[in-house]
Amino acid sequence: MEGQTLAEKILSKKLGRKVAPGEIVALQVDIAMAHDGTAPLAIQQFRRMGLTRVWDSKRVVLVIDHVAPSSNEGTSELHSMIREFAREHSITVYDVGEGICHQLLPEKGHVYPGAIIVGADSHTCTHGAFAAFATGIGSTEMAAVLGSGKIWFMVPESLKVVITGKPRRNVTAKDIILHIIGELGADGATYMAVEFTGDAVKEMSIDSRMTLTNMAVEMGAKTGLIASDERTLEYLRGRTSVLTGTITPDSNASYADELTVEAGRLEPVVACPHNVDNVKGVSEVEGTPVDQVFIGSCTNGRLEDLRVVARVLKNRRVKARTIVMPASREVYLKALQEGIIETLVKAGCAVGVPGCGPCVGGHHGIPGPNENVVATINRNFKGRMGNSKANIYLASPLVAAYAALYGKIVYPERGVDA
Amino acid sequence: MIIKGRAWKFGNNISTDHIIPGKYKFKTLDFNELARHAMEGVDPEFSRKIRPGDVIVAGRNFGCGSSREHAPQVLKHAGVGAVIAKSFARIFYRNAINVGLPAVICPQAYEVTSTGDVLEVDLARGVVRNLTKQVEIQSKPMPDFLLKILLEGGLVEYYQKHKRFPWE
Repeated sequence: MEGQTLAEKILSKKLGRKVAPGEIVALQVDIAMAHDGTAPLAIQQFRRMGLTRVWDSKRVVLVIDHVAPSSNEGTSELHSMIREFAREHSITVYDVGEGICHQLLPEKGHVYPGAIIVGADSHTCTHGAFAAFATGIGSTEMAAVLGSGKIWFMVPESLKVVITGKPRRNVTAKDIILHIIGELGADGATYMAVEFTGDAVKEMSIDSRMTLTNMAVEMGAKTGLIASDERTLEYLRGRTSVLTGTITPDSNASYADELTVEAGRLEPVVACPHNVDNVKGVSEVEGTPVDQVFIGSCTNGRLEDLRVVARVLKNRRVKARTIVMPASREVYLKALQEGIIETLVKAGCAVGVPGCGPCVGGHHGIPGPNENVVATINRNFKGRMGNSKANIYLASPLVAAYAALYGKIVYPERGVDA
Repeated sequence: MIIKGRAWKFGNNISTDHIIPGKYKFKTLDFNELARHAMEGVDPEFSRKIRPGDVIVAGRNFGCGSSREHAPQVLKHAGVGAVIAKSFARIFYRNAINVGLPAVICPQAYEVTSTGDVLEVDLARGVVRNLTKQVEIQSKPMPDFLLKILLEGGLVEYYQKHKRFPWE
């Protein structure tokens, strides 16, 4: 019998029958999430539909992270709307300062292998790092999920990305995923489930795995997935009570396509303005002046990322304006305990409230016209950070830390990169 | 349902940040206000130039990026009658149907159309006609239940009418 990819396996398990790519299925949702950029419209549509009851309030999570704290009256009104709806329906709200939705869901125990997760945010695919089938939807569809607990999907074809070998010291998960997006293009995996596998993925920390799956949507994917293993369970134990073992694809599964990446051959890269697939080696753009650096976001605002930045900036002083926002309160606290925050503040960084911050250009850290920004985020479209005249370079925390230190793009750790 | 209007042509990878920059959407749910910024990232004059029923004709991966449903909502409120593209980013495509903005996958229409051409879209039959160039093209068919949501004006209108969702 033909085997199943990770995506097919999760969906089949959920439905209790074998599914095939291309088939349209209705699925029971395990966790539904919306944030301050999408929940207000979902609530409005829920009401317009005439719905009055949420299907299961314990399976709904609302997060205020995109403009948190609020910067204006209009936003504050929308935040109030979220809090009132949550009170009315006994829904958990992670409010200002708790952190970014995609960091909070696993941290707070809402994610587990095999879960069906929909989020009114495109980076919901991040949770595939835990072998959950997780994808982004819009607000009206979220309203339908809030009311019914169900959603339709086309079972995606799977694209296998095998990452092998040991990356150089200056090459991180961010460089690897940017390299893959550069290879496949911004729509190279549209509608597909991208399954990341190989010994390099097995060796990766949870923080790094989340960086990979987070950016699956930047090549159009429905979701990014990584088989769960002992490392996954170790992270989730004590956070969630729903752990039924690991989920892995069959060895004889059939994939629509396969890409192999030899991690040891890669160099640090950046995605140049204004497309995520405009990927170049750092050496090609070395010397580009940098006005602002942002370290944070659901892609690279985790403890591992902040550790790298602190290592580079310890007892030194940044030349570029540098904003750092930990991905969550938990990350912030651990970074405080490890002395990372002190190192960053002494180096001249502006450390802010856990949340999405400058990544979405919603409330602060908006670059000036013609400024160059190096950011550890996931998108560099014109206007992404709030100013369509700014140029955004996407990079790893290591490359960003070097840009902060020198005020220009610099090849990191030359000489020690073997 | 027949949509008729002038074509406005755009390239590949038009993101939701181009369609409606994130900075506006956090402040209000007033789509008529937000519609003034429709397509601002590629053509700041767009909302003043278009007439109701006009059609966006785009290349590959239209609507990539953020899941913000504000993107199809502002296009609809700005008066856009339909978006025809070589391909759509998946969340935008779902969102467009759910808010009742016709999204038509038709690579050939992109190839033959220039800005200013008059187009006619027969949604139920999936036919795109370029009246200026006198060409008729059959688009990629849409699953029936999606077409039904679209023809009834969106998912809210569908639910108001049927008191259930199509997949229930």
